[in-house]
Amino acid sequence: MASDKKTRIRDIILIASLTIIGLVLLLFVNTKAERGSFAVVQVDGVTVARYALSEDGVFVLNGGSNTIEIKDGKIRMLEAQCPNLQCVHQGWISKSYQSIVCLPNKMIVTIEGDDKVVDFTL
Amino acid sequence: MESRKISQIGVLAALAMVLSYVESLFPAFIAVPGIKIGLANIAVIFALYRLGFKEALGISLVRVVLSSLLFGSVLSMAYSIAGALISLVVMYLLKRSRLFGTVAVSVAGGVSHNLGQIGVACLILQTGALSYYVPVLILSGVASGVVIGIVSSTVLKRLEEEDVE
Repeated sequence: MASDKKTRIRDIILIASLTIIGLVLLLFVNTKAERGSFAVVQVDGVTVARYALSEDGVFVLNGGSNTIEIKDGKIRMLEAQCPNLQCVHQGWISKSYQSIVCLPNKMIVTIEGDDKVVDFTL
Repeated sequence: MESRKISQIGVLAALAMVLSYVESLFPAFIAVPGIKIGLANIAVIFALYRLGFKEALGISLVRVVLSSLLFGSVLSMAYSIAGALISLVVMYLLKRSRLFGTVAVSVAGGVSHNLGQIGVACLILQTGALSYYVPVLILSGVASGVVIGIVSSTVLKRLEEEDVE
């Protein structure tokens, strides 16, 4: 078929442009992200706790179903009672705009920078 | 003809279930949230090309509902359905445009699947903080879309129309 070559070119253009969009956005997010100083914990859209990342510690949250750990300015989900444990596998986060999400428990941990308090609950 | 089509839908839905199960055995793919290769999409793309939109939609929905009940949770069903529906509609429209080949259709499906999922996750959690993942999800959607697209187009070529009918 004569249109095979054209189709292939369009395929490559589509795939390449999606890749470029992804890479540009990745670069944008990474340059915009800075080391955060606070971790904010939200459950079901409501802020329940706020921790300074400068103070190490282990905190049990969400009625015992989630445990977070803060160490060396980073935070991670240490334990969680949910089926897939994706939040625990995600590991440490420390930059602003990063987040740990535990969808089954409707819990989300976000990082905030020094000066700006970003209102995530649009 | 009608019973043949029904049995084909059944076989493809079962195949999609098996592929979902196989994928759930690889923890490496689920270590990072949202990053999946989407093996079951091979069956859905096959159905989209060989049977049609309605048939592919049925297979996709049966697959998502059953595999969420068996390997996931009710909540994961909500955003799996969103991802599956959006990706199927996008793939159908691109296929119908006759401008793109199977691989590009699959890539667009993979990317829109990931974006649909994160959109619903943002709605459920009432937050925009997840937008941090959007670039990673676009790139992973492209990568898995290319792999699934190549496999699907190979399967479509090998199984000629008459073999399936």
